[in-house]
Amino acid sequence: MVNTKINLCGIEIDNPIIPASGTFGFGYEFAELYDINELGTFSFKGTTKDPRFGNPTPRIAECPAGMINSVGLQNPGVDKVISEELPKLKACFDKKVMANVSGFSLDEYAYTCEKLDSQEQIGWFEVNISCPNVHNGGMAFGTSAEAAAQVTKAVKAVTTKPVFIKLSPNVTDIVSIAKACEENGADGISMINTLLGMRIDLKTQKPVIHNKMGGFSGSAILPVALRMVYQVYEAVNIPIIGMGGVSTAEDVIEMMLAGATAVQVGAANLVEPFACKNIIDSLPAVMEKYSINNLTDIIGGAH
Amino acid sequence: MTKQGIFEIKENVKIANDVFKMVLAGDTSALTAPGQFINIKLDGFFLRRPISVCDYNDEEIVIIYKVVGKGTEVMSEMKPGETLDILTGLGNGFDTSLSGNNPVVIGGGVGVPPMFNLAKKLKEEGKDPVAILGFNKADEVFYKDEFEALGVKTYVATADGSVGVKGFVTDALKEIGEYSYFYTCGPEPMLKALYNATEVSGQLSFEERMGCGFGACMGCSCKTKYGNKRICKDGPVLKKEEIIW
Repeated sequence: MVNTKINLCGIEIDNPIIPASGTFGFGYEFAELYDINELGTFSFKGTTKDPRFGNPTPRIAECPAGMINSVGLQNPGVDKVISEELPKLKACFDKKVMANVSGFSLDEYAYTCEKLDSQEQIGWFEVNISCPNVHNGGMAFGTSAEAAAQVTKAVKAVTTKPVFIKLSPNVTDIVSIAKACEENGADGISMINTLLGMRIDLKTQKPVIHNKMGGFSGSAILPVALRMVYQVYEAVNIPIIGMGGVSTAEDVIEMMLAGATAVQVGAANLVEPFACKNIIDSLPAVMEKYSINNLTDIIGGAH
Repeated sequence: MTKQGIFEIKENVKIANDVFKMVLAGDTSALTAPGQFINIKLDGFFLRRPISVCDYNDEEIVIIYKVVGKGTEVMSEMKPGETLDILTGLGNGFDTSLSGNNPVVIGGGVGVPPMFNLAKKLKEEGKDPVAILGFNKADEVFYKDEFEALGVKTYVATADGSVGVKGFVTDALKEIGEYSYFYTCGPEPMLKALYNATEVSGQLSFEERMGCGFGACMGCSCKTKYGNKRICKDGPVLKKEEIIW
């Protein structure tokens, strides 16, 4: 009998499979499809201080082995997340959920995180400093080590739960940013967010996405994510949640060998609503095939 | 509720210029209302292709699709016996309880197919619907005979006047007399023209570029008078009263 349990900053989870923020809503709608308690946990829809509609449509474009989105952090705002979304989730999910938070200023990050910190359903924070789809915020905090350090400090000052900082791959040196987060108290690193991308419609000869650019995700980015997780693993001593193009149990193992303690699944959920369940169901057999008894033993095994 | 299933292609034939009819056999139990859609996985493509349901029974789904890109081109080349991985039961569909006794169902181009199952349901409920089908020109016209076979009086409007009323569906609407309610699906300019052309209440089915098709990604959101909605999950059918253009 193989062991898929993982310790993520002091909280044991049954398996390392985590649906990524923005691909799983607030969970309860997926509970109509299968028992979401099978998951390790999931990262809920990126939440901000105020409600946001997000960007104009079209927000979606097909790509070879992936897709572009420019949703732009559509969410009901932190107050409604607490008063409406979390109670709906509680009815179908017994585990701790990961709170994904975004902001447009240090104060907003701190405000939202402080409000959510008191919610007992929340186990961890995943602070998004890497959204490519909003102006004057999001990714701006994730593209310099100094700004990443400031967000980390601001959030850590007002929270008691473990804080993962979600990093952007759209930078020249992701390692220095990860180190800045660690030095300023981050409990973990979550990586990678989407790659900035574009498609152009040959009929209109204009960008497909209304915002012109958006975040590219899907199987095509797996090698980029693996490389970055591998690099950051060598440079920090805090756990990494690896993501980017993961769609099979084999991908999960590859990501963990690169250095991830847990693994998020994003775009694959949008094509296969049962993607995470399928990965969890097939994981023991794939572990056996590669003679892995304890999943936790393989973290960083490729180094 | 969303269901995933494997469907076998029973028939895949061209019925008009660039327009194909496909009959799929499999578990149709997730479909509960006219105007819902299915989302089809195709080899070599990342995202699924959302296609509205033209008709269904306990064993089969009929879809009618237009070849507009590489995905639908691949579909058009598939043969009976081949199988497809499909999500079914997507979208809210039309609410027939509000129709009154003599509603009009109006389809434009590939917005015509979902109106067929709707007209059939309305007839089954003992109502007397009229259909208006809008196309650009004669070689695009399809399903007029099928609507008439339901016992539905059917008007065709073509932009060039090659079949039926010359002009748009709004021109045909002037010819049908009184109606209790309207249902429509088609390109957004047509929906907007209908919205402005009639005083009666109705339901409009919208199209948007979708990511998942089942409500997870927020890719196809729109603003309504009753808050933000997802075209794929809270739509594709919106009531006239809630629409913000």
